[in-house]
Amino acid sequence: MALTNLKRLLVANRGEIACRVMNSARALGLDTVAVHSEADARAKHVKYADEAVQVGSGSAATTSYLDADAVLEAARATGADCIHPGYGFLSENAAFARRCAEAGITFVGPPAAAIDAMGDKVESKRIAEAAGVSVIPGFNGVVESAEHAVAVAEDIGYPVMLKASAGGGGKGMRVARDAREVAECFALATDEAKKSFGDDRLLVEKFVAAPRHVEIQLVADAHGNVACFPERECSVQRRNQKVVEEAPSPFVHQRPELRARMQAEAAQLATAVGYTSAGTVEMLVDATTADFYFLEMNTRLQVEHPVTEAVSDQDLVALMLRVADGQALPSELVGSVPPVGWAIESRIYAEDAARGFVPSTGSLTAYANPPASIEFFHASDVRVDAAVEDGSEVGIFYDPMISKVITRGEDRAAALDAQRRALDAYVVEGLVHNVPFCRDVCSHEAFLSGDYTTAFIEEHYPGGFDEGSVLTNMAPQDLAKLACLVLGVDAASKEVRGELQPAGPQVVLLRTARADAELVFEVDGFDGAYTVRYEGEEHQIELDKAAWAAPLATPLVLNDGAVACQYVSTDARPGFDHALRVRGVRVDAAVRTPQTHALSKHMKPAAAEAAAAGLACPMPGTLLRFEAEVGATVEAGEPLAVVEAMKMQNVLRAEARVVVDELLADVGDVVAADQMLMTFVVSD
Amino acid sequence: MRRATQLLRRHTSSAAARAAVRQEIASLEKASIDGGGIDRIEAQHAKGKLTARERLDVLLDTESFREIDALASHRCDDFGLESDKAPPGDGVVAGFGTVHGRPVCVFSQDFTVFGGSLGEAHAAKIVKVMERALHCRCPIIGLSDSGGARIQEGVLSLAGYADVFQRNVDASGIVPQLSLVLGPCAGGAVYSPAMTDFLFMSRQAYMFVTGPDVVKAVTNEVVTRNDLGGADVHCSKSGVAHGAFDDDLAALKATRTLLGYLPQSYDGENPDVLPYDDPDRCDAALNTIIPDDPNQSYDMREVVKRVVDGHSLLILSEDYASNIITAFARLNGRVIGVVANDPRHLAGCLDADASTKAARFVRFCDAFQIPLVTFVDVPGFLPGVAQEHGGIIRHGAKLLFAYAEASVPKLTVITRKAYGGAYDVMSSKHLRGDANYAWPSSEIAVMGAAGAAEILHRGVSDEERVAKADAYAARFANPLLAAKRGFVDAVLEPSETRPRLIADLEVLRHKERPNLPRKHSCGPL
Repeated sequence: MALTNLKRLLVANRGEIACRVMNSARALGLDTVAVHSEADARAKHVKYADEAVQVGSGSAATTSYLDADAVLEAARATGADCIHPGYGFLSENAAFARRCAEAGITFVGPPAAAIDAMGDKVESKRIAEAAGVSVIPGFNGVVESAEHAVAVAEDIGYPVMLKASAGGGGKGMRVARDAREVAECFALATDEAKKSFGDDRLLVEKFVAAPRHVEIQLVADAHGNVACFPERECSVQRRNQKVVEEAPSPFVHQRPELRARMQAEAAQLATAVGYTSAGTVEMLVDATTADFYFLEMNTRLQVEHPVTEAVSDQDLVALMLRVADGQALPSELVGSVPPVGWAIESRIYAEDAARGFVPSTGSLTAYANPPASIEFFHASDVRVDAAVEDGSEVGIFYDPMISKVITRGEDRAAALDAQRRALDAYVVEGLVHNVPFCRDVCSHEAFLSGDYTTAFIEEHYPGGFDEGSVLTNMAPQDLAKLACLVLGVDAASKEVRGELQPAGPQVVLLRTARADAELVFEVDGFDGAYTVRYEGEEHQIELDKAAWAAPLATPLVLNDGAVACQYVSTDARPGFDHALRVRGVRVDAAVRTPQTHALSKHMKPAAAEAAAAGLACPMPGTLLRFEAEVGATVEAGEPLAVVEAMKMQNVLRAEARVVVDELLADVGDVVAADQMLMTFVVSD
Repeated sequence: MRRATQLLRRHTSSAAARAAVRQEIASLEKASIDGGGIDRIEAQHAKGKLTARERLDVLLDTESFREIDALASHRCDDFGLESDKAPPGDGVVAGFGTVHGRPVCVFSQDFTVFGGSLGEAHAAKIVKVMERALHCRCPIIGLSDSGGARIQEGVLSLAGYADVFQRNVDASGIVPQLSLVLGPCAGGAVYSPAMTDFLFMSRQAYMFVTGPDVVKAVTNEVVTRNDLGGADVHCSKSGVAHGAFDDDLAALKATRTLLGYLPQSYDGENPDVLPYDDPDRCDAALNTIIPDDPNQSYDMREVVKRVVDGHSLLILSEDYASNIITAFARLNGRVIGVVANDPRHLAGCLDADASTKAARFVRFCDAFQIPLVTFVDVPGFLPGVAQEHGGIIRHGAKLLFAYAEASVPKLTVITRKAYGGAYDVMSSKHLRGDANYAWPSSEIAVMGAAGAAEILHRGVSDEERVAKADAYAARFANPLLAAKRGFVDAVLEPSETRPRLIADLEVLRHKERPNLPRKHSCGPL
């Protein structure tokens, strides 16, 4: 049924969510209007809309996407009769929702009052408790000072969580395990809350030891109907930022009565605040007791909503638009919507999981969604919601998310298998990203077991993600098969280049481009039948259907239909022949005759870089402050400076004991990647 | 009867003599293979360097090497070089083999024998193999690893060098000449590699005319061998070398890759390959790769990579005058020479070094029938006292001369700026460009709008000047005027650049536009 009232939708957002919303709006016959900042003038979402206008001035979020006046003016100027805020930006800004109503523009989202009620951590907890929702034990009010926070913490018992009252999306949250940490976290959390939400009020609550982050997606209409969708689990998080999500939750799925209670309480809360449109009630499930506690309600569509769409075959944005149009929810959705199959989502960020998840920037030199994937379509088996296209530039102004890769299968194993294959076939080159990390999570036995908590990344990647482990942990038989495949790739590329094929056995070297794992294989044979010697063992390998569709012209190299490696558009390390990606990890490969390989032992390694003579900023951002002045001696691991990039405060620490010699940048400077911020005293 | 016995005696003695000769040949050949002996070979390896023969094994196709003059040795008996110390091969391994199945002539100096120093016999072997290359029309590859002239042979060494230099000149423009400097290369010896077409160095090598000790004595400068003439110095500061590599293996492998693009001779076929990348591939990213802000740079290498065949771009001299890119690539399987301004360095301006580097590359491609594809984003010539005093006029003219003189197919794409004289120089239509295109984002004008407004409208208020600048920009900061006058053949949608260039290349396959006959031109050198 088409919409009866709404005609023209302005999407007050950017990136993938803007395109995703417009996709559903267009399917319902709405005209679409995009807004963009200066930096986004040629962004994908601008080209996606029927009409686009620049909003505000410059490129900073605060003077563009967050500028409510400018957005409303754009709506007025383009005759938009409804606005969809997406997530982030103005999506949970009650004042903005109110002003839309006053301007006669339909805000595609909950009423301003519901946003207000759920927007404040303290207030929302009180309302939830009153509505019969299980809440987490804690101090029901704002802590005024560090001392007050410590007192409250002592009362609740450690560990405790300090949270920005206006916080959300993993910002402004700090865990403290003792009084000293409470005091330290109080300052940091207050500052971050002030910066991110303009509201530095904090609250303290019990920190659950084995927590699983489960959230209930619901959609309510203006006729009192509430639909509760299959829950999502988002426990794979880093700094409280979600990375891999799935629906349903492996924990809840085995406990139908738990699902029923969680959904019931979520519906009660929605009704209590007169909620309409899509919303998510985030809960913390204690894996030891199966108790659950209300965390917060996100009064908006969430980043990870596609996994729920995949297992319910429902387009949540379309439902939001229908509700905003005044329609009632379809009767079959009212109550509990059962999950069909399983879905996994990886959030692909422009960040370096091997270097503390530091954000990275750059232009995409090659980009291609996995084959047979569909963009923005809720009922696709392989779906990619991407903010970028080939050649796009990922800058430092906004959220570093590149895309979301969503796969579904009839069960969890099938969904995970599809996700691994999709990530293997996902071509993203030109900047460092976390595809290798997500790929590793999706084959990590703790994750595969379904038995994991929000501490998953901390527990299983304590020192960060070691790209070398992807190769070294591979079974020798798989490695041998990979070596044969590389031989095939080498032969195909030589043939295409008109280069001669050396006969006889060859030596294949694999080396991770950004780590130190190097593996050596002797491979003999051809045309799919090989003998491989690796670390003293011999493997007979049959490469069933190793195919490289168009050598040097397309990136994907298959083995028996499954993607086994990608041929990458960058140069391999000097002395190596091919730049590849194996399970998302950049691997360089060399193929040599045994004679040449034997001679390589005489070669000298390139000179090792001298010890850092200063602090180079690892990523572009804004220098917030120095943590050590000139002349100060700083121990290894101690903070030297804090740089803000993409709304995150990144503390830069000394890698070794150093003495600060000279400060090269000023607080407030926009700094580039690898720019020297300070020099150290060099002791000869 | 007496005669018969004499015959018989000669007969029996000649059999023994032949056996002795065969025995001596075997021992000489073994000595030639052993070179300077196991200790010196281990010393060579300890320095991270391969021996002369090991290098040839890596460079040439497996077992394709055929050696000549293995037994040649010097005749000098002065200063301790008595005949008993006349090692067969005289410190250089020479012969021929194949690379990718195509014949090449090679010589590889053996540092383990007399320090690879050059004497009369050493030079004669090199000359012989160079002359063979000339007659057989195949590339010459020289591997240098030598202490220089063999002092004991005095002027004979100098004569030897000169003989080699003469062959370099004889072969120039007839067969490709490649040099690998993998060890010391000092004094006069540097001038042979310097006259060859491409020079690769390993980081274990160094080149200079006069060494650190002479420099210290004369100019009192203290400098290490590597800082004076190491691979990185010659690949970034002096422009002598076209590639610096960590070790022998990388340098040798890179040479094989480069040879994959070069013809056997100026009248031989280019090593084109079967097309493997869709000729009709339109890369949409090209439509948005040029930033809106004219002062923001972008990576010209990425533009070129998206136009040429996949993974075919081979950049040379990347660290020298990197404001201009010189590279080989393939378009629909055919070898092309690419010249492109790179806005990431010096805003892509032409300066003295860039002009010289590109001019030499253009002349090489012209000499060897390799079509030229030029990507233009040039704000003009680099201003500055250093440039003017450094002879930017003389050096800039080299590139202009080279493009004008080149008669191979010349295709040009203006991606953004094409200002002033630099517009003319960069393979413009006026220099007999065969196919000239401009992207919609291009600006073809005498100079940038702001600069023009300042000159045309002196003494007006700032606001007025800005208005004048905008008017000038509206008039000239686009390709329309050029298109209307036929200075560009078409304004091309960026994504359609690849298919269009491929079509042009096909039409120009048999281009015949020879220059007027003369002894030779007198371009500004």
